[in-house]
Amino acid sequence: MSKKLLLKDAHIEGIRYFDTYRKQGGYEAAEKALKMTPDEILEEVKTSGLRGRGGAGFPTGMKWSFLAKPEGVPRHLVVNADESEPGTFKDRYLMEFLPHLLIEGMLISSYCLGSNVSYIYIRGEYSWIPDILEEAIGEAKAAGFLGKNILGTGFDCEIYVQRGGGAYICGEETALLESLEGKRGNPRLKPPFPAVKGLWERPTVVNNVESITAIVPIIDITGAEYAKIGVGRSTGTKLISACGNINKPGVYEIDMTITVEEFIYSDEYCGGIKDGKRLKACIPGGSSVPIVPANLLLKTVNGEPRYMNYESLADGGFSTGTMMGSGGFIVLDEDQCIVEHTMTLARFYHHESCGQCTPCREGTGWMHKILKKIEKGEGKMEDIDLLWDIQRKIEGNTICPLGDAAAWPVAAAIRHFRDEFEWHVKNPELCLTQNYGLANYADPIPVAASN
Amino acid sequence: MSETIAFKPESLQQVHKIIARYPEGKQKSALLPVLHLAQKEFGGWLAVPVMDYVAELLSIKPIEVYEVATFYTMFNMKPVGKYVLEVCRTGPCMVSGSEKILNHIRTKLNIKDGETTADGMFTLKPAECLGACGYAPMLQLGKFYHENLTIEKVDEILDLCREGQLSLD
Repeated sequence: MSKKLLLKDAHIEGIRYFDTYRKQGGYEAAEKALKMTPDEILEEVKTSGLRGRGGAGFPTGMKWSFLAKPEGVPRHLVVNADESEPGTFKDRYLMEFLPHLLIEGMLISSYCLGSNVSYIYIRGEYSWIPDILEEAIGEAKAAGFLGKNILGTGFDCEIYVQRGGGAYICGEETALLESLEGKRGNPRLKPPFPAVKGLWERPTVVNNVESITAIVPIIDITGAEYAKIGVGRSTGTKLISACGNINKPGVYEIDMTITVEEFIYSDEYCGGIKDGKRLKACIPGGSSVPIVPANLLLKTVNGEPRYMNYESLADGGFSTGTMMGSGGFIVLDEDQCIVEHTMTLARFYHHESCGQCTPCREGTGWMHKILKKIEKGEGKMEDIDLLWDIQRKIEGNTICPLGDAAAWPVAAAIRHFRDEFEWHVKNPELCLTQNYGLANYADPIPVAASN
Repeated sequence: MSETIAFKPESLQQVHKIIARYPEGKQKSALLPVLHLAQKEFGGWLAVPVMDYVAELLSIKPIEVYEVATFYTMFNMKPVGKYVLEVCRTGPCMVSGSEKILNHIRTKLNIKDGETTADGMFTLKPAECLGACGYAPMLQLGKFYHENLTIEKVDEILDLCREGQLSLD
């Protein structure tokens, strides 16, 4: 069983509220941190090896160390709770059930970064969660953990919640800052990076919800102990939100040493494929990361087991591997049509493109149109090559990573399931009623073998 | 126009509280939260006079409000029904049968995507990923998510709406 750091108390009734959270040792890490210097906290975060949990996986300690500290200029911490990546719903779980874990993480992080006013930017659709967070903020303030002169240390910190308006692009840090400034969520050109010119042109750190909650156990057990959990550069624990054709969808905390096979088939996690069907493919890190067919998902090209960590999932690069991403784990069974699935993702990215860059604005719509045509049995063979060509022209040619996020699912689907696309073109009369799949499915593991 | 459109005193108080979250001169940051408040209070959508009123409140130009309001999908630019059914249809929801749910609603209410029923009761809006992938298929109604939907559950929800028994807030 994986070690639990973030969700260890999630099952406790009333953990949402300050008193219960406090009884379980809540805010002890904050008390400890406030006796340390900001530099000591930064060292702990660096030592922990924590990598940003929003998807990019950039080392958090290093990101914090880039924060400019000009005299007399306020700095800000902004928590990115604009969770909108298809397949990803882990931050929602943290905020809904463990709001004080986030508040405590923000308090420690704000102290380390010198932010006296910090913000949580949450996707607008999660419209009941701001009430939960605001209640928790009120409780923390009443107990002296927020506000002026926290615990007599002289440190002041306020936390505010801001609801977005329903735009996926606002999960990109500079678009988020634009939105927080009351503008359209158009990403900014980088540099300057937010660490130098962020919110209202002030030095700003933008971190994902899960990254900030992870600061609490890092201070609690020390960065060195945190780094011992996991493997290689995949230290600590990671939340995985599992969905699709599995028996037990939900949010799981893993220590990144388990195999993908164990995660999908064991009763502790996904509990196997629904209705005893075969595994066809999986998108393990949110919709933007490459889809991988079952045979390459469970084993690397060298025939070794693939593990649930940053390095192993990426093993083989884009041609054979995938990415940890945000941990949005979407499982597809043998009945799923890859062309249809890719079409819905292309529609998503077309809908969510901010329209600022031509390759993304025009390309995503074009890809959606072609995929829709193929899916309906009206495609031609050359459409598949055109699709490949368009995604190549989007990737790397936009201000922000939404272009890449739109291109990669299409590229991976064609790379691994080209014959399924071709079958749609060749069998227009059948493709609306019958799903076609490759032969490289994974069969369910016999019960005895999985025990 | 702003003589006839005005927030209730308690909402206005809320607006001033929101503005106070930001540094002096940065009141434009309050735009999204204030637009959410305005949409809720002025009939579920943002008419031009409402947006002008918001601009005046925040001391910004009306165009700054229009460009933001039209960018974000949560703001309605035309009148909507009392109940806006937002059904997620992206990736995991599609895999779990969201199209079946959407088709059922389309047929049952005799409306297409984006349309409102003749009695002004329901508007149907397909949505792109609402972050409920593990509990799909789902729909959002007002402030709340209704998850793990079946055709029967959808019928129950529609009936509760008609009876005025379903909370939106």
